[in-house]
Amino acid sequence: MTVNAPLLSVRGVKTCYGNITALHGIDLDVHDGEIVTLIGANGAGKSTLMMTIFGNPRAREGRIVYQGRDITQLQTHEIARLNIAQAPEGRRIFSRMTVMENLQMGAQIAEPGHFQEDLERIFTLFPRLKERIGQRGGTLSGGEQQMLSIARALMSRPRLLLLDEPSLGLAPLIARQIFDIIADLNRRTKLTVLLVEQNAFHALRLAHRGYVMVNGRITLSGTGKELLDRPEIRAAYLEGGRQEATAEAR
Amino acid sequence: MEVFVQQLINGITLGSIYGLIAIGYTMVFGIIGMVNFAHGDVFMVSSFIALVAALVLTTWLGISSVFLSLFIVLIVGMLLTSLVSWTIERLAYRPLRGSFRLAPLISAIGMSIFLMNFVQVAQGPRNKAVPPMLQQVIVVMERDGYEVTVSYRQLVIWAVTAFLLLAFWYVVSKTSLGRAQRACEQDQKMASLTGVDVDQTISITFVIGAALAAVAGTMYLMYYGVVSFSDGFVPGIKAFTAAVLGGIGSIPGAVIGGLLIGLIETMWSAYFSIDYKDVAAFSVLVITLIFLPQGILGRPEVEKV
Repeated sequence: MTVNAPLLSVRGVKTCYGNITALHGIDLDVHDGEIVTLIGANGAGKSTLMMTIFGNPRAREGRIVYQGRDITQLQTHEIARLNIAQAPEGRRIFSRMTVMENLQMGAQIAEPGHFQEDLERIFTLFPRLKERIGQRGGTLSGGEQQMLSIARALMSRPRLLLLDEPSLGLAPLIARQIFDIIADLNRRTKLTVLLVEQNAFHALRLAHRGYVMVNGRITLSGTGKELLDRPEIRAAYLEGGRQEATAEAR
Repeated sequence: MEVFVQQLINGITLGSIYGLIAIGYTMVFGIIGMVNFAHGDVFMVSSFIALVAALVLTTWLGISSVFLSLFIVLIVGMLLTSLVSWTIERLAYRPLRGSFRLAPLISAIGMSIFLMNFVQVAQGPRNKAVPPMLQQVIVVMERDGYEVTVSYRQLVIWAVTAFLLLAFWYVVSKTSLGRAQRACEQDQKMASLTGVDVDQTISITFVIGAALAAVAGTMYLMYYGVVSFSDGFVPGIKAFTAAVLGGIGSIPGAVIGGLLIGLIETMWSAYFSIDYKDVAAFSVLVITLIFLPQGILGRPEVEKV
């Protein structure tokens, strides 16, 4: 592994659901310490790519390399054990388990000795979860569930964190809080993040680099700032309802 | 009154056996949504394993202590039955995962027929008996010459069942294995994202269910003294009824359902016609499915997402 080899490298990945091809040869790199964002409309294949990295569904063509190791054919749980964590689409909280048990599930593959320390760290990031610790996951509000989903992913001490639409369905204030926490974790602990977002403006401001996905293909890539300045990005993802963006444009 | 108390004692004993089998049905249903119709026959096979083990211990090895031999028989039975169930899952169910929903069910029925016929061929079609053991009884109450008794066998069944349920409850609710098991029950995809090996967890579920069925099988053999190749079917379906009555997928429900079915059966035998006791037990299945399809402790279908 050379110094500049990416932490995660996706090359020519094609994924199908039955006869329908969802990803037509995706190339994407995530370097150590980066926040990379993937933006695109509904159904562009963003979440499919996130799950393909975890081998479910499995890539039909192409290669996925993590830390210099080809993980394309590994099973989902084996990939998770390589210290990649995901807060997936739809949060997927274990609704009949308590908040504590959800966090314990996140720590399933971590050193048991770290548990108390990691729990304290999570409580500093999300004090709300501490109040809710004995409550069942299914009874939490949407924002709390999102926090729990991210917290659960962090409990495994991941090197690479995959976040699938952490702001979906959240009040803008809470969404911003979550973005701040992601930026903070990246700055302080060098956590590498691959972030899927519909909220393109926030995501591109947060990310070092970004990719734009349309109909299962990467159509554009560049630094967050470059992409923010592209007129076609503004037109497709930022105008209309994104007040901050339009305000800046003027 | 005396008859009632006596039947209560008998019913709880029978119900403990049903409850132990029912847990296997309910756990497998909870994790892969399939009714494992071969589970009753796994129970029957475990009775035969216990039978062979008991005969080997008493006649060949000459172990005379009842409790020691019972203990060894239980351990051997649990281990071998687990192995049988693990193999069944590996051969007959796992290859069909991801297939259409009825496929594993049909495979389970096939496995049930296979086990029954295998034992019939290998052990012969006649009832097999063990020498009676633990025949002593304790007289609990007596009136007008009618004695209400608890036999040592019944006490052993209660004690072993209670101990196992406690141990089992601890594993499911407090250990990381139990957590992984419950996680797979709720969301297999997410469980695998946290690093849980889902296939392995499903195997473990089958193994735990089989180990509990093996205990039930050993108890059954000790209680009745005889077993035949066809003995898996009716107790199996009754345990399934117990699981449905308690709310399929719910482990405490399986235990409660088992006790209720055991009590209904023995009470019916005492006060009505003993010939119709199976009809009574299965009527419960029909009535539950019509009026309380989610069972006593079952979750309602609708869940907040």
